[in-house]
Amino acid sequence: MASSFTRILSSKRNVGILSLVGGSVAAGFLLHREHVTAGEPLRRRYPASAEYPDLRKHNNCMASHLTPAIYAKLCDKATPNGYTLDQAIQTGVDNPGHPFIKTVGLVAGDEESYEVFAELLDPVIKERHNGYDPRVMKHPTDLNASKIQSGVFDERYVLSSRVRTGRSIRGLSLPPACTRAERREVERVVVDALSGLKGDLAGKYYSLTVMTEKEQQQLIDDHFLFDKPVSPLLTCAGMARDWPDARGIWHNNEKTFLIWINEEDHTRVISMEKGGNMKRVFERFCRGLKEVERLIQERGWEFMWNERLGYILTCPSNLGTGLRAGVHVKLPRLSKDPRFGKILDNLRLQKRGTGGVDTAAVGGTFDISNLDRLGQSEVQLVQTVIDDFLAGSKYGVCVLLRSSWYRL
Amino acid sequence: KAIMPFGNTHNNFKLNYKVEEEFPDLSKHNNHMAKVLTKDIYAKLRDKQTPSGYTLDDVIQTGVDNPGHPFIMTVGCVAGDEESYEIFKELLDPIISDRHGGYKPTDKHKTDLNFENLKGGDDLDPNYVLSSRVRTGRSIKGYTLPPHNSRGERRAIEKLAVEALTSLDGEFKGKYYPLKSMTDAEQEQLISDHFLFDKPVSPLLTCAGMARDWPDGRGIWADEEDHLRVISMQKGGNMREVFRRFCVGLQKIEEIFKKHNHGFMWNEHLGYILTCPSNLGTGLRGGVHVKLPKLSTHPKFEEILTRLRLQKRGTGGVDTASVGGVFDISNADRLGSSEVEQVQLVVDGVKLMVEMEKKLEKGEAIDGMIPAQ
Repeated sequence: MASSFTRILSSKRNVGILSLVGGSVAAGFLLHREHVTAGEPLRRRYPASAEYPDLRKHNNCMASHLTPAIYAKLCDKATPNGYTLDQAIQTGVDNPGHPFIKTVGLVAGDEESYEVFAELLDPVIKERHNGYDPRVMKHPTDLNASKIQSGVFDERYVLSSRVRTGRSIRGLSLPPACTRAERREVERVVVDALSGLKGDLAGKYYSLTVMTEKEQQQLIDDHFLFDKPVSPLLTCAGMARDWPDARGIWHNNEKTFLIWINEEDHTRVISMEKGGNMKRVFERFCRGLKEVERLIQERGWEFMWNERLGYILTCPSNLGTGLRAGVHVKLPRLSKDPRFGKILDNLRLQKRGTGGVDTAAVGGTFDISNLDRLGQSEVQLVQTVIDDFLAGSKYGVCVLLRSSWYRL
Repeated sequence: KAIMPFGNTHNNFKLNYKVEEEFPDLSKHNNHMAKVLTKDIYAKLRDKQTPSGYTLDDVIQTGVDNPGHPFIMTVGCVAGDEESYEIFKELLDPIISDRHGGYKPTDKHKTDLNFENLKGGDDLDPNYVLSSRVRTGRSIKGYTLPPHNSRGERRAIEKLAVEALTSLDGEFKGKYYPLKSMTDAEQEQLISDHFLFDKPVSPLLTCAGMARDWPDGRGIWADEEDHLRVISMQKGGNMREVFRRFCVGLQKIEEIFKKHNHGFMWNEHLGYILTCPSNLGTGLRGGVHVKLPKLSTHPKFEEILTRLRLQKRGTGGVDTASVGGVFDISNADRLGSSEVEQVQLVVDGVKLMVEMEKKLEKGEAIDGMIPAQ
């Protein structure tokens, strides 16, 4: 962690942190959890009881855990960058949720949010991540792809394989809170680092602000282009501000390694290819991530990570590995089986439509991926997905069914 | 000094970055803010904040997020409180001038809510004029505006507004319907009366933070884009009566708020202070739904409207299309002329246009009736 200390001290941001805290003794050096201190407290016009949101019609993790007592305790705190509890929960207040789908209902504005607002975030994380208790547990990180056993699927059923995660640049605020200058700095740091990738990873950056029509059409045809967020879950959290300033897409020439810059996270890193070779996809994923990390470290930066929460991302649901490994697979019969939902639950898998989250399946083709993010390593999660799909067998689908019967 | 918890992120933090690094990219923008905001103005104002903590970046966020349209010039900025118009005047004065026909920082705005000064207005032909309506907004002094206010503040505004309104009697006696606890039956009724307002979906409003915490603190009579929107309306063409009720009702409400030590935000330069700079002055939109199927297809229709200082909208309100030749015709001006003057323009203008329509029905020309520049 020494390098992060040097980074912070040498950056001009340090001046901001000190001036914010003014006469107060505890300066907000962000090193380890125990040393993180909140920024200058807010002096507010109304007491906490007048400000407490009406959450009676809400069904999200934030609403389940934000008691008036916790609100009162945290509402006048701010992170060293000035991010407040009200800002963190705004998306959850504005989006009451759905009786069947429980969203998280809050976001982090910076790395320190997870510390300063821990009293709310820890129980939310525990609920969302299946009992993982950030107060006592440690999260394992393992990007050693050589440990993966088998991992090549039957291509008559598996149309494509994909692994994605996110990474945040330490020292810069996250998308809900970043200023325009910070967002541009994220873009600059990442694009600069990516230009150092070589071999099968060499590629090109396409900025959303200066993209040509032709480039845009190509990216749409490749299914690489991301749109301005329209989901109120994201817009109410302030993630679409200043669009499309400092947003862009980078991909390698072979179109198998792709990075989104400044969408819902600083970066989203995606490895993919047609067909069922999940092992190769994951191998490229790990190699690419490690290369990118090495390149940003060369330039004095690093990713946000700690052993309590793993990789730090905007939404608490993506903590830990931030990893979603999945396939587009044809399951027209299995998906009609009334046990389909339960089978997926037992295998710790989730289904989405082929357009991604919140879309419908087309022609019996589903996006099936791991449910868990935190508490298990990358290798463990990907191995689970692979074991569930059992490579290379023409009875792949039946095995999926059989193994789930075993666990029902 | 106490601040609102929303929106004051990073004001000090941003200052660690140079102006060029923070200045928004407005190269593809077409709104008043983008036309006026230079790096110099940004540099000068970016470290300032109003007493409640509203900053320049808060003011302009909606204009940065909504580049605008080649044909429709939006304002591109909002006020977070009364003091915004003072602290950020270097940005807002030129915008006000552009939007309100050259209105200068030294100009004075006159307020005239004496309905007896209106001439005529009670004889618009009900065969053509289907309904008449006058609306305005009011902000309550001492509170921050919808882009900036916290839940606690919004609820305090609602409480005060409801107290004031429920003390009205006589022809103004009524009921408050909070959005949060409305029954299905009440909602149906309000929809069929065309009273119910929806959660804003226009990004012009949502990017400015006005939909936060919906529907907390909102109800009919209070708190959508402005603290209060006050509307007087009825079927038919008796605009005089609509305006009378409007003026009398407004003055009664204002008296009550003053008794609670919270009068309306007003000053002699900008008139009534509202969230969007386009609504300063009277904040008044007085208009009618009128059938003009022939006149609306006349090549000079737009020009006639401009010369009469009127604007047209579809019958669904702003950004809607007209249906069956029925238009919403209202005054275009807000700042620099009084309420009476603006409603007079509507009364006189609509009367003239109905005459034109009748002439066109008979196959006669209307060129002689078109007003001079």
